[in-house]
Amino acid sequence: MSQLPGILKGLKVTFRTMMKTLFPGGLLKPIPKPSEGALTVQYPHVKEAPPPRARGVIALHEGNCTACMLCARECPDWCIYIEGHKELAPPRREGGKPRQVNALDRFDIDFSLCMFCGICVEVCPFDALFWTPEYEFSELKLADLLHDKERLGEWMETVPDFEEYEDGSEQKVRKVPRS
Amino acid sequence: MSITSESDQLAYIASQAADARVNVEVETDEGMTLNLGPQHPATHGTLRIIVKLDGEKVVAAEPIMGYMHRGYEKLTEVRTYPQVTTLINRIDWLGSFANEVPFILAAEQLMEVEAPPRAQWIRTILFELSRIANVCLFLGDMAVQIGATTPVFYAFRDREFVLNQIERVTGGRFHPNFDRIGGLKDDLPKGWIEETRGALNRMQAFCDEMEELVLGNEIFQARTRGIGTIPSDIALAYGLSGANLRASGVDWDIRRDANVGLVYDQVDWKVWTHPDGDSFARFWVRLQETREACNIIDQLLGTIPSGPIMAKVPRIIKVPPGEAYVATENPLGEMGFYVVSKGDLTPFRVKIRSASFSNMSIAPWVLKDVFVPDIISILASLYFILGDIDR
Amino acid sequence: MIDLLALSPAWWQETFLIKVPIGLLAVLLPAGTIVYLYLFKAISFMQSRLGPMEAGPYGSLQLLAEVGKWIQKEDIFPSKADKFVFAAAPFVVLMSTFLLVVIIPAGPDALFVDLDAGIYFAMAVSSVSVIGILMAGWSSANKYSLLGGIRAAGQLIAYELPLILAVVGVVIQAGTMNMQGIVLAQAEGEIFGWGGIGNPFILTQFIGFVIFMIAVQAELTQAPFDMPVAESELVTGYLTEYSGIRFLLFFIGEFASAGVFSAIAAVLFFGGWYVPGIDPASQLFNVIGPLILAGKMMVIAFLIFWFRFTFPRFREDQLQRLAWKFLIPLSLANIALTGVLKVAV
Repeated sequence: MSQLPGILKGLKVTFRTMMKTLFPGGLLKPIPKPSEGALTVQYPHVKEAPPPRARGVIALHEGNCTACMLCARECPDWCIYIEGHKELAPPRREGGKPRQVNALDRFDIDFSLCMFCGICVEVCPFDALFWTPEYEFSELKLADLLHDKERLGEWMETVPDFEEYEDGSEQKVRKVPRS
Repeated sequence: MSITSESDQLAYIASQAADARVNVEVETDEGMTLNLGPQHPATHGTLRIIVKLDGEKVVAAEPIMGYMHRGYEKLTEVRTYPQVTTLINRIDWLGSFANEVPFILAAEQLMEVEAPPRAQWIRTILFELSRIANVCLFLGDMAVQIGATTPVFYAFRDREFVLNQIERVTGGRFHPNFDRIGGLKDDLPKGWIEETRGALNRMQAFCDEMEELVLGNEIFQARTRGIGTIPSDIALAYGLSGANLRASGVDWDIRRDANVGLVYDQVDWKVWTHPDGDSFARFWVRLQETREACNIIDQLLGTIPSGPIMAKVPRIIKVPPGEAYVATENPLGEMGFYVVSKGDLTPFRVKIRSASFSNMSIAPWVLKDVFVPDIISILASLYFILGDIDR
Repeated sequence: MIDLLALSPAWWQETFLIKVPIGLLAVLLPAGTIVYLYLFKAISFMQSRLGPMEAGPYGSLQLLAEVGKWIQKEDIFPSKADKFVFAAAPFVVLMSTFLLVVIIPAGPDALFVDLDAGIYFAMAVSSVSVIGILMAGWSSANKYSLLGGIRAAGQLIAYELPLILAVVGVVIQAGTMNMQGIVLAQAEGEIFGWGGIGNPFILTQFIGFVIFMIAVQAELTQAPFDMPVAESELVTGYLTEYSGIRFLLFFIGEFASAGVFSAIAAVLFFGGWYVPGIDPASQLFNVIGPLILAGKMMVIAFLIFWFRFTFPRFREDQLQRLAWKFLIPLSLANIALTGVLKVAV
């Protein structure tokens, strides 16, 4: 076989690929089914699921956010807009004094600027931001790519649970807060 | 800042504009000027090559770089270290994890912190995976520059499996942003090692297919053997690196000879060289390097040590003053980062030694007295990425 | 077949109402089928993908969509282009293709014109397309097109000779240049005294067939001989400045030529409309003959496109070297051998 000239071997490769695409069940089942044999999927009829860690869009869990502004400061593109105010919350137990908490007024992420780098998610000290693998959020107007607090909260439903690690790892699996 | 007179400035601008002759049709003194312009199917991006032709033979060639300059070195002066890591992913966008590694190693040298062994192992594995992703595309891409339309589809198809594995770990196929000073961002998810072995098997099958379809093809050999021969002393003089250097017979690989921070000494592997130095040799060396990378990852996957993934570093990273230079064997060649720090949150100055910039510098020398089709095959075999040339 | 319907049309009716439409159809329909089956689908399957699937069932109407797209584009003339030559070039190329189909027989009586010098006429007319390509390359007033036109001129003229010489072997063996006569010679011939399957010239003229296919590949400027249209270097070479309907005409011309040359190869080497087992003079062949010929043509066209999708391209001087130093001596040797064996055996 190795004595055949190289051009004939090359022809064999392409022919074999064509046969594999046309007849994915092998030549014993000569029914052509190229949609199974091809390695492409016909989006949008068939959708592939990205892995759980895929960086699709960012979700906000408002309960954990204290408007500390760390994510807005660390973002390389400055695409997070946060406004908050201080208010008095009821004391934790009876007879205590009211606590001062930061309440969130506005938390927008402008996805037309976002680099999807993940620095904001990583740097948040209170676990308020999470990645979800959702990627189908294209809009017709550029301004609609600014996701406000409510929309970011809706993305929380699509956040998958954190995966287990390989053996030998010392990392602890974090929990996603589901309210 | 020097103070120049207005006439001097105008004269300077005029001389630069004279270089940008785009509308010159035919010059009769040295032959026809052909502008393989910034928009061209053959160049990997916005590279412009002005070629003076005599019939179909090249008399002189000059590459004009800079159409994709994004100002990286200036940007790094006003970005913190994690933000710089995000940005430099995008220099060589095909093997993007490999860009982060020399910068992180330089910063770790300045901070005098060492990543734990598990992090070093996984860093090396991801480094080699990005090498496979990058060079796999080259194997298909050089074939399509020579004219065969099918191998590039095989390259993209089998590269998907490697990219899926990178996405499983880091969350991003093309811009992982995974390396951190002191270790890595996160650990491997369950099942990743088995899946990666499957992707590597596919990659080995792909390399065999490329060998049959492209390397053994007599037409491909007729187009690339003896074309663009670069002797080893010229290659060293022009600063070529990576597979281009090894294809000219120089036995130099940073992974073996000047390794910093990655665990190549724990693996049994081989450096491939070829004595010829022509385009065929460059393709051949990169094909063997892809197979070798699969071999390296296979060995590393079996011996990952347990342990933490990140060393103890403070939350806000302030690198102590000093300067450090680290170069690694990136898929395109030797990439080095020279980091100067004055103790701030941001680096004071980062100089990026990118491989493709030096690889392109040999273009005027190697493109003398070749035919027009050979320009394309030689440039394809030298393999540059515009983001790497222009930064 | 016209006798079957007991009609006796006048000369001009027969030509313009019957033969010209059928001739147009005979060129365009195979071209369309080849484009769909091979250019859209077979190349996709060879590349592990599906090809067009949205336009019509399994993408079968994609060609219609493409034609519609090309027709509605703006007609752009380069300002420095030679207007008449620029406009006339696609028609010259197409004209040679349509003239080629005239001599292909599709049955004992189903043919357009019965020329005694059938294959000679075909070879002569196919050379006209070279002029069309040169006109396109020169009149575009564009350096890339000029380079493409120069390459095309050299290549096409160089490969005319192996094409013709390969055919000469067949003519010697058949004893006639008439296409119908060649088919009948294969149908009624004998291999070493056994007349079971006739004498398809593919068996005895195998070298001639290989040379013919290589020369056809070069005449159609398909890879590995597509230097004139080297996409990664010259941005489609001599076609660069053509857009809209004019590009469509070149496109049709390329695939119609592929179909027509495959049909000629089927007639010359594979027996044309004849299948062994049925009497060659029977009227059945007037009905199934075209289908048989179409089937053989598609098989040979597959060979042409299979090579196109697999191989990289030759450089111009290597192309010429292959033609002049290898193919022409080989075809001359083939003719000598055929002549000797025809007389001696």
